[in-house]
Amino acid sequence: MARDAEMTDRRAVIVGLSAMATSAGWANPAAAQTGPSDIGAVLKTLVGDAVPVEGRIALDLPEIAENGNTVPYAIRVDSPMTDAQYVKAVHLLAPANPLPRVASFFFTPQSGKASVASRMRLAQTQEVLAIAAMSDGTFYMHKRPIKVTVGGCGG
Amino acid sequence: MPAKPRIRLPQTARIGEVIEVKTLVAHAMEIGNRRGSDGNTIQRLLLHTFEATFAGKEVFRANLHTGTAANPFISFFMKVLGPGEFEFTWTEDGGAKITERQPLNVT
Repeated sequence: MARDAEMTDRRAVIVGLSAMATSAGWANPAAAQTGPSDIGAVLKTLVGDAVPVEGRIALDLPEIAENGNTVPYAIRVDSPMTDAQYVKAVHLLAPANPLPRVASFFFTPQSGKASVASRMRLAQTQEVLAIAAMSDGTFYMHKRPIKVTVGGCGG
Repeated sequence: MPAKPRIRLPQTARIGEVIEVKTLVAHAMEIGNRRGSDGNTIQRLLLHTFEATFAGKEVFRANLHTGTAANPFISFFMKVLGPGEFEFTWTEDGGAKITERQPLNVT
């Protein structure tokens, strides 16, 4: 019986080690490309410790971007845009780009509507992320997947 | 200095109306990781900030990062509170500025 227990321990150790190897294998290339850790740092600078809530944002994107060098987009945030309640800023992030930040747009109550359109670069197929900062200190977010046929960003 | 920016405003606007303002400026938005024909990395050169004022008051601002495409096009909205002139300013890395003014025909 003692031997059985020892065998189980050894198996557990082997399983544990291979799990560690797998997770290390996943983590290292990501770190080298300043992937997830970097987007985490970017999110921290944009929202601090707040947790953005899904909603209020409409993000217009093509489903497939044939040319990643110039991908049109439009962002609209639902808000009355009054002095008491308005959208202060909208940030657009492309987490799988070498550098995730696309642009930040700043509004005032005089904007009338929190709506903006521009064009971005996308290095590869990914989920782009829009974050809205409201005047009351809350944050909203919205993610949308987009397929990229030929990547931009010079890479 | 790059070519003159292109601005598109409605022909006329009424007080209280929310109008769309479309802007486009020719600029490579060099992101700093491309290599030129000589094999050397081309230095980063972005228009990093866009600001729009109307009648002297800021109405819209954008920070542009490496993810913004070359020849940046930006469309935004403004509620017309009275007559005035738009002033659009793009600021390049290093501090050079491109400025364009255009009056709004308020009826």
